[in-house]
Amino acid sequence: MLASPALVPLTAPQYMHIPDGYLSPITSLILFLLMLPFWYLGVRKLRQRMNARTVPLIALVAAFAFVIMMFNVPLPGGTTGHAVGGALAAIILGPEIASIAVSIALIIQAFLFGDGGILAIGANCFNMAVVLPYVSYGIYRAISGKSDMKSAWRIVGAASGGWIGLTVASFFAAVEFGIQPALFHTAEGTPLYAPYPLSVSIPAMVIPHMLVASIVEAVVTALVVVYLQRADQPVLEIVEKPTLVTEVSGFKRVRALWVGLAVLMVATPLGLLAPGTAWGEWSGQELANMGLGFVPRGLERLSGIWGAPMPNYHIPALGNAQLAYVLSAVLGIVIVAVVAWLFTLLFTSGKASTRSQS
Amino acid sequence: MATQSRAEPVHSHSRPRRGVVEHTLADISATLEQSLFAEEIARRRGLLQSLDPRVKVVSVILFLVAVSLSRSLAVIVGLYAVTLAWAWWSSVPMGFFVKRVWLFMPFFTGIVAIPAFFITPGPPLAHLPLGLVITRTGAMTALFLLLRVSTSVSATVLLVLTTPWNSVLKALGVLHVPDVFILILGMTFRYIYLFLHTTNDMLLSRKSRIVGQLNGADERRLIAASAGTLLSKSLHLSGEVYLAMQSRGFRDYPRTMDTFKMRRLDWLWGTVMLLITAIAIWLGR
Repeated sequence: MLASPALVPLTAPQYMHIPDGYLSPITSLILFLLMLPFWYLGVRKLRQRMNARTVPLIALVAAFAFVIMMFNVPLPGGTTGHAVGGALAAIILGPEIASIAVSIALIIQAFLFGDGGILAIGANCFNMAVVLPYVSYGIYRAISGKSDMKSAWRIVGAASGGWIGLTVASFFAAVEFGIQPALFHTAEGTPLYAPYPLSVSIPAMVIPHMLVASIVEAVVTALVVVYLQRADQPVLEIVEKPTLVTEVSGFKRVRALWVGLAVLMVATPLGLLAPGTAWGEWSGQELANMGLGFVPRGLERLSGIWGAPMPNYHIPALGNAQLAYVLSAVLGIVIVAVVAWLFTLLFTSGKASTRSQS
Repeated sequence: MATQSRAEPVHSHSRPRRGVVEHTLADISATLEQSLFAEEIARRRGLLQSLDPRVKVVSVILFLVAVSLSRSLAVIVGLYAVTLAWAWWSSVPMGFFVKRVWLFMPFFTGIVAIPAFFITPGPPLAHLPLGLVITRTGAMTALFLLLRVSTSVSATVLLVLTTPWNSVLKALGVLHVPDVFILILGMTFRYIYLFLHTTNDMLLSRKSRIVGQLNGADERRLIAASAGTLLSKSLHLSGEVYLAMQSRGFRDYPRTMDTFKMRRLDWLWGTVMLLITAIAIWLGR
């Protein structure tokens, strides 16, 4: 197949702001729902750490994130590019807060400047405001460790964080594009949205990013860290000041539950070994085969009314039943968790607001 | 960053090489210029300008959903025609509107869509020289992408052009975006302009002291130092803004003054838009 990496370098930086029309509405919706816990986490983190200072801090960092996206950064060799700034924001403020700030910059770009799609906001935020900051922050911390603020390890960590973070983000965008043709096409097989399968979209997205956009992100992140080491070191220390990080993670209390859930998830393919259909979930045909002479007309009529998005937990694009099974388990758990979280939010927000008004 | 729908300044006179400082300055003034232009259009009298922003935001989102759900090219073309009619009735300059969408389409989505004509497997439609074959499936999928993106961009551009930003923000409240979030969006928007001006001043003052041309490494250092300064500034400023808010009685949660009123035109528009969306989704099944 004519893989198109040669054609892509021009479009690569634009690819990161996905316009409407590339993704199916279902994909956009799922990615939007995935964003909700991250936004919630960010706001909670801010409230714990700096409470009322929250509002102006996020607002100004978001404004900074917007403006930094306009900087032209020259690369050795003559090309220039724009940075996303997500890695830098994560290193300075931690990934949770960076996630909120970059999201706000992206929402303003979509609604007030028409850059990037409105329906695709969830997807854009997921790639640039979650994947990028979390990955780059993890790498920055892993490399810089407890080294001195002036240490060169900080610079190495910042550069690798920016490079790997944006490359992974571009990989996620490529996967979002690449699953479209298999999942959404007309009866004749014409893809309705982004037209290329994973085998084309991944190399076409990831390789040019590795060569240009990720390098820009790395250069900006590292050079700003160098500048701050020289000019304004306290800014670099914001994340690591122990007085500011007082919260205890909620993970420990329910760790056992999560571990159990993970074991169940991994064990789901065992279900494939069992023959037959789950008890009580027979289709009309199966009922007839079991010797039931009469299938209720209503059952027959209604059985076609609801088509599951992933019938029999099978994702044809994957071509691997076990993996598809585990993936649908993960997806199901994520969706249930998000819905449950939404409910708790719905029921607790009323109380919170009455408290704050009294 | 996507400049797909953003007007880029046209450089007719050729110079040896424009440095990044000039590039960034040009981008900043293009952004400022663009938002001034949008404000001017938002102040004109027209169909979209006279609508309640809440209705407008919700109906544009509905419209985008209809565009993205459609499985028929004809329906998407029809929806594009609808955006042209909106633009016409909202005294948006047609030449500008059509150009803003289609001038950049070939450079961005076009480059993505064109290979699809050839590399998508399917029955051949036309044979070109060099042994290239346009497949029917390829042509369809590329057209889907191009039309869908341009129709969506058109609708979004109209929303952006005809709605003052503070109305967009307030209208987001209807979508149950939390108040704090909207407050932050509003502050961010305001400070974006301050920071654009600050950056403009920083780079301009530096540029006025440069004789000759900087080499790449110096340019990188200059851009990084500007970014770093801007970052420290924004963090320090956020502390000051906080104090200013507190001294004016800000108490951790905002109140929005809702002055919108639904009028007959808004109900009418809402109904028509619901109908258009429903018909488009039905026809484009």
